Amino acid sequence: MVHGEAWTIKELFVYPNEYIYWSIQIVMYPFMTGLVAGAFVLSSLYHVFGVKQLKEIARFSLVFSLALLPVAMLPLLLHLQQPQRGIYVMMTPHFTSAIAAFGIVFTTYGMIVISEIWFVYRRFIVETVLELRSKQRRGNVESAQFFLYSLLAMGAMDLSPEAIHKDERAVGILAGIGIPVACFLHGYAGFIFGSVKANALWMTPLMPVIFICSAVVSGVALCIVTYIIAMEIRKQISAWKRKNDPRLPSNEELRSAEIQTVTLTSKYLLMFMVLAITLELLDLIFRNYTAVKSWDILRSVIYEKDFFKIFVLQYGFGNVLPFIIFLLPGLTIRRALVGSLLVLMGVFMMRWNVVIGGQAFSASFSGFMEYRLPIWPNSLETLKEGLFGALAVIITPFVLFFLVTRVLPVFGVKDTH
Amino acid sequence: MMNRRDFCKKTMIVAGGLVIPLAALEVFNPKRLLAEKSGSDDKSNVRWVFLVDIHKCVGCGFCVKACKVENEVPYDANVTRTWVERYVVTKDGQTAIDSPRGAKDGFTTQKIDQGHLGDKEIDPASIAKAFFVPKLCNQCDNPACVQVCPVGATYQTGDGIVLVDRSWCIGCGYCVMGCPYGVRFFHPVYHVAEKCNFCYHRITKGMKPACVDACPFGARKIGNIRDPEDPVSRIITSEQVNVLKEEFGTKPQVFYLGLSREVK
Amino acid sequence: MKNHVWRPLLIVLVVVCGILMTRALVVPEDFGVYERGYMYGWHRKSNEAEWKAIRVKYKTARVCAGCHKDKHDELIKSVHAAISCENCHGPNYDHPEDPLGMNIDRSRKLCIRCHSYLPYKGTLRGGIPGIDPEKHYPSAECVLCHIPHNPKAMNQKREARS
Ligand code: HEC
Ligand code: HEC
Ligand code: HEC
Ligand code: HEC
Repeated sequence: MVHGEAWTIKELFVYPNEYIYWSIQIVMYPFMTGLVAGAFVLSSLYHVFGVKQLKEIARFSLVFSLALLPVAMLPLLLHLQQPQRGIYVMMTPHFTSAIAAFGIVFTTYGMIVISEIWFVYRRFIVETVLELRSKQRRGNVESAQFFLYSLLAMGAMDLSPEAIHKDERAVGILAGIGIPVACFLHGYAGFIFGSVKANALWMTPLMPVIFICSAVVSGVALCIVTYIIAMEIRKQISAWKRKNDPRLPSNEELRSAEIQTVTLTSKYLLMFMVLAITLELLDLIFRNYTAVKSWDILRSVIYEKDFFKIFVLQYGFGNVLPFIIFLLPGLTIRRALVGSLLVLMGVFMMRWNVVIGGQAFSASFSGFMEYRLPIWPNSLETLKEGLFGALAVIITPFVLFFLVTRVLPVFGVKDTH
Repeated sequence: MMNRRDFCKKTMIVAGGLVIPLAALEVFNPKRLLAEKSGSDDKSNVRWVFLVDIHKCVGCGFCVKACKVENEVPYDANVTRTWVERYVVTKDGQTAIDSPRGAKDGFTTQKIDQGHLGDKEIDPASIAKAFFVPKLCNQCDNPACVQVCPVGATYQTGDGIVLVDRSWCIGCGYCVMGCPYGVRFFHPVYHVAEKCNFCYHRITKGMKPACVDACPFGARKIGNIRDPEDPVSRIITSEQVNVLKEEFGTKPQVFYLGLSREVK
Repeated sequence: MKNHVWRPLLIVLVVVCGILMTRALVVPEDFGVYERGYMYGWHRKSNEAEWKAIRVKYKTARVCAGCHKDKHDELIKSVHAAISCENCHGPNYDHPEDPLGMNIDRSRKLCIRCHSYLPYKGTLRGGIPGIDPEKHYPSAECVLCHIPHNPKAMNQKREARS
């Protein structure tokens, strides 16, 4: 079977070679990079602009963006027909292609994130090393830990105030450089689509900007969700621990800190959301008004075929409803959680409507293609580019986050700042 | 004084500093470019173009069959390097278009294939005009598909043919998306981007593309636009020819005689 | 370089060197910019030769006349003269040595490509005598009654019609 045939349904006249070649994994790709970029931008708000109230979530979202980082690449690898050749993007880059920069931008960004984390955690790492070193006897686990942290310290054991101050400066600078790079990483994912002149729906210079705004929205929303869940787990654990040690912070204290952080973060969420929706609507109105050759077919895709996905799921449940949820006075943790989850769904639907919606019509403007997400895999192709492939991509960052936080805990650490 | 660590560091910096510019130079090396250019046989007097005469096409699909066999695209796979479209315009101004399986077995029924909507009957009395349009790669002068390839796996040769390097293509599909004409697809066997290349292995041996040889009615012709004596380039320069989707700025090099506005 | 702040940069350097070294190993010698410049001509040169080396399967009708003069002469005088032998008999390959080449296709599918009636008046297709494949002796092969190499002549198998 030809690639794409398994999930494409054609209607009226579609060129014989046209299928939905960019499927669920290409929906996942901008969604995941968006989360990375958004999480990073959130952490930078604290490191660069000194928004003190975000201290708690800043370290958290920084580590989370590290966990998301490899996952931004995963959907691309699952999508490629020749994944083993993916490295050629770095070997013979062809810079007239929007994709060619991926390797370079991605690596640069990865190194910035890793360096920043190193500076943020250096004090913790060194202290751990010193503590383990001072121990007389080390068990197997502790020896391994000792080895790992010594490696992570990279021989920089200086904890003098000047050294710590240098760390802080480095974090500030890296976070500062990181913001444009993060925006570039994601804006350029938008450019990949926006520059395809053969696709009437994709081709708009607004695409990169829309992508950046919705990236920040989704990244912040995910950080809120994960933060709430992590705090919930923490509360459970601390309640259990407090039975033995009543001096630990009580649940009430934790909760008030939590709601403060969440309320503030959601303000930034709303800000970027307004921006994203404005741009999207501008694009839609502009297309409607200018009504160029492609508008006939776009109209029937937007207002008829994909009406439910665009206006109900994306704008209705993904934008308007969370807006109301966040703006109604007396925000609670539960409401924030529901709102953030809806925002995430909305951004996902936006990616879907761009990627799949852009292929919902034939380049001949005389026919339509419908995408049926493969559920049960009956071949490698429908496994990779089906429900299970997408789920794997969604689950991986949480697994990675769990693993990373085993080494670099995000709560209750004295960091460099 | 230099301790061991400092020494290691400095060595690495020097080595790294040397490697970067050297490797970067490799990417854009004007000298090598020049050497390659003068070394290769001078192709500048050939630029392949194609001419399709819509009036002559009867929709037998022999071109599609020959193309698939000649270029080893599995016959029953629903992708093809070249295909034939049927346009039936009725008196009320409606246009029905189809290309059942790329017309590899021709058009054997009056019903129009509408995809999952099934077949559509058209009353013969209501037909205002009907014609067949063969499609193939336009070997554009500004190939959008080549511009977007991230790894240099697809490229244009000096004589204007856009080829795909099967050992280098990563299969991202960007070129498939970038082509406004829908000529690209993934090869069902090699799983890399695949497209019409005017039968490069034939034209470079002085033969004609398989589809041109197969066409009984002379609807397809190939020529060299740089040769003013070439009969095809004479037609292109002296008669009313048209190209597909000029608005994309791709400068397509497949010319059509008798192209109607309904053609997509 | 006493400053520990530069330490991550070392890792960066190692990564960059690693990439460049892999590049030197993996990328073929002849990968470069050719005739069409960097935008359109960035490729591995030897790939052009690989494409040129593809086996030619269709050898055109010209070669047939030498050995099948009767068929050739018959066809050339008939209304089917324009149709290349290889359209109906498949690609030549290295016929007659190669058993892949040249087969006899007696299926109705072959003939109805052109002869299935389509009501497109004024076009070339409308001018080809057409039949309705579902009504015109649907259970028999066309060659039972018609001679493909000389269709006008009606047929030596005329008897079969009854
Ligand atoms: C070198 C001489 C030669 C040439 C050139 C040649 N043929 Fe043949 N052909 C033969 C011979 C010998 C046979 C009989 C061999 C056999 O029956 O397998 C044959 C058999 C055939 C058959 C019958 C096969 C069968 O299964 O009974 C067909 C059809 C045919 N040729 C078509 C062609 C066509 C079309 C061409 C031109 C593209 C062509 N031949 C060129 C020598 C030739
Ligand atoms: C319109 C399609 C068509 C074309 C064009 C055509 N053939 Fe045939 N040919 C056939 C069919 C069908 C048969 C089988 C006839 C039969 O079984 O009565 C056949 C049979 C033959 C045979 C075998 C004859 C036999 O009695 O065994 C040969 C040899 C042959 N063709 C050669 C050629 C050559 C050479 C050409 C080109 C000059 C050619 N054909 C062009 C359709 C065609
Ligand atoms: C490439 C298209 C094509 C194919 C394939 C084809 N033909 Fe023809 N056929 C023609 C054309 C063109 C004519 C001549 C029409 C004219 O000028 O009168 C014709 C004429 C005929 C006629 C004569 C009709 C009359 O005027 O009496 C018959 C019978 C015929 N073909 C039978 C066949 C058979 C049997 C086959 C399959 C082996 C076949 N054709 C395959 C194109 C084709
Ligand atoms: C049983 C014998 C028989 C078979 C099988 C047969 N035909 Fe005929 N065909 C005839 C006869 C008899 C005529 C002339 C009388 C007529 O028009 O019905 C004819 C006429 C034709 C004509 C000319 C029609 C016209 O309007 O001039 C074409 C074209 C034709 N046949 C094609 C085919 C094709 C293609 C096939 C295979 C799909 C086929 N025939 C199968 C017996 C047959």
